[in-house]
Amino acid sequence: MLLPTALRARVAGAPGAAEPLPVERNPEARAAPFRFVPRLVRFPREHEFFEDGDVQRHLYLQDVLTQVAEAPEKSRVPEFTCQVAGCCQVFAALEDYQHHYHMMHGNACSLCSRAFPSEHLLDTHILEWHDSLFQILAERQDMYQCLVEGCPEKFKTTQDRKDHMVRLHLYPADFRFDKPKTNRGPATPETVADLSTRTLADDGDAMEVCCEPTSLTPARVGERRTYNHRIPSTICFGQGALRGFKSTKKRNKHH
Amino acid sequence: MWSRRQSHLRRVACGVEELRCRRREQEAALRKARREQQLVSKRLLRESIQQFLRLAQRGTDEKEREKALVSLRRGLQHLETQQTFIWMEGSMRILVGLLTCNRALLQLEAARCLHELSHSEQSAVAEACLPATSYLLIYLSGHSSDFIELCLYTLGNLIVESEAVRRHLLPQGIVPALASCIQSPHVAVLEAVGYTLSQLLQAKEAPEKIIPHILDSTLLQHMLQLMQPGPKLNPGVAVEFAWSLHYIICSQVNNALLITHGALSTLVLLLLDLAEVVQRTEDVGLELLACPVIRCLSNLLAEVATEDVGGQMELRDERIVAALFILLEFFLQKQPSLLPEGLWLLNNLTANSPTLCTSLLSLDLIEPLLQLLSLSNVVTVLVLTVLCNVAEKGPAYCQQLWPGPLLPCLLNTVALSDTDVVGQSLELLQLLFLYQPEAAQAFLQLSGLQALERHQEEVQLQDRVHAVQQTALHC
Repeated sequence: MLLPTALRARVAGAPGAAEPLPVERNPEARAAPFRFVPRLVRFPREHEFFEDGDVQRHLYLQDVLTQVAEAPEKSRVPEFTCQVAGCCQVFAALEDYQHHYHMMHGNACSLCSRAFPSEHLLDTHILEWHDSLFQILAERQDMYQCLVEGCPEKFKTTQDRKDHMVRLHLYPADFRFDKPKTNRGPATPETVADLSTRTLADDGDAMEVCCEPTSLTPARVGERRTYNHRIPSTICFGQGALRGFKSTKKRNKHH
Repeated sequence: MWSRRQSHLRRVACGVEELRCRRREQEAALRKARREQQLVSKRLLRESIQQFLRLAQRGTDEKEREKALVSLRRGLQHLETQQTFIWMEGSMRILVGLLTCNRALLQLEAARCLHELSHSEQSAVAEACLPATSYLLIYLSGHSSDFIELCLYTLGNLIVESEAVRRHLLPQGIVPALASCIQSPHVAVLEAVGYTLSQLLQAKEAPEKIIPHILDSTLLQHMLQLMQPGPKLNPGVAVEFAWSLHYIICSQVNNALLITHGALSTLVLLLLDLAEVVQRTEDVGLELLACPVIRCLSNLLAEVATEDVGGQMELRDERIVAALFILLEFFLQKQPSLLPEGLWLLNNLTANSPTLCTSLLSLDLIEPLLQLLSLSNVVTVLVLTVLCNVAEKGPAYCQQLWPGPLLPCLLNTVALSDTDVVGQSLELLQLLFLYQPEAAQAFLQLSGLQALERHQEEVQLQDRVHAVQQTALHC
């Protein structure tokens, strides 16, 4: 196609257009048997007009998805240790360390060292577990917020919240990121339930890296800790947990 | 410009049948490649799967646990292993347990296993992954961009294969999760968000069940932002969101809202940018972005009421027409099957716009347009329709169409056998003779009447043939 040479420059130029020529229609133009009328055409989804372009899109995606499926090459480095206090995991590839850091230390509670998959869950945890005002308010009003982002519902208890998430948001019944606060008394049914589902899976604590000093006697371990009893051998024990215990401003339920 | 994807883009021959053939070839090649990989990692039997799962779950050495999952993942590339896996009791529960355990690398390998499963074309396999979806969504709010990317592609794949998965993902909060991910600074994450979104929007229930939620969220604003031309525009990202926008627009749920959000102006600017880029580089794959942009613009134009056209300043800018022709030329060279779509946009631009019809004339674009005639019947009809859009605006326009190369071209098209082509040619001839009577004389001198005779018996054409003949004789 031979385009006028000035065209390319025009695209790069200033917006605007020549003054439109005067429109002057003769009604005979649309008289039978002629039927032309200028018409805006729209094509809905699935219209066959789109078939060719759709096929190309599909071919492109197939290429992309094949690439994504291949696990990337790792950049090997001399072994090094995670520098976060209390963690002595060793790594030989940068990508591994990056992932470890983000998952285990990225959204970690500085008070109890539990790690969370997102800032939102961490904030919720801090509020529900480390905030005395929250505890006071929770006695009088519905404070446990639904964990699904954007859902405004609040509940009196964590169990109610869990029921809501299972019923309305179709979360799995054994959802693991909603640890009920069981400091109100002896092990409640939900704690038992949590324990039993967890035995099916691996290390006791889903997403909660808890650096517990082994010096803790069972008497001092409160309900909150009961589901930490299977601590993987590779976890280091250190200051992280002690900080949590040292914090004085809240009611330490495990005393 | 396209990062690592570029080397995998291939130009496809035009013609739908050839495209389908190419697609079949490519799929066969993919399957063959996978089968060859299988020589190294054989199909996993039930016992092996159990062994790997047990080791991954309970092993004491973390490296061994990781390796077990890697072996499982390789096995899961095969259909039989996938099926064995999903039917084994407790297998998914264990995998989900590993996905949510406190060892980052095990989580990652577990996620990769799920990713393999997500490639299955069997909806039963996708459905079996349901217990994992809420966790995949939660991980989208994390900080590890590689992991987020993996979760997104997994979710995107699952979305394609299973309506049950989609039914769960919406109440589980996929829309807010995507709205949060779309703010990531990582290009790879953005591309993955776009992919997942585009797959979600393609679902058959999307117009009723999904698009309203998307339009209610902040996704739209972010999408349009990511399509703004400029130094920060990433074509791989823009492609995904352009396709997403296309699925939204052609579903016709609430296009007025899109116009309010400035979609028209973003699309026009992007079109102009594409036209500039196309001239600068030999980039493979720009048509992948041009196609959805053209579709979006064209369908949105059809929403803008006639009276509003004047109000939409972008639509009175002749640069759009100039840009479109540059893209038409690009399509002609690289992807002729996209010419009809480009011409469809040209129709919608010119139908009710004296300004843009004048631009076609003042920018000397009639002759290039005529060069597209006879490439195919579809293209010919579209070219003739655009010319009719110009001609029907009256004598001032027709005087610019003739004298010129138009008439001889019409004599060629009228001699063809396709009814639509001839019919549209007759419409154009009639307009031309009505507003520019001297053209009729020239027509007669070029033996136009004889050319028309062959269609005199054609039912769909005869009335118009006769009328044109009469007009020509009596002008």
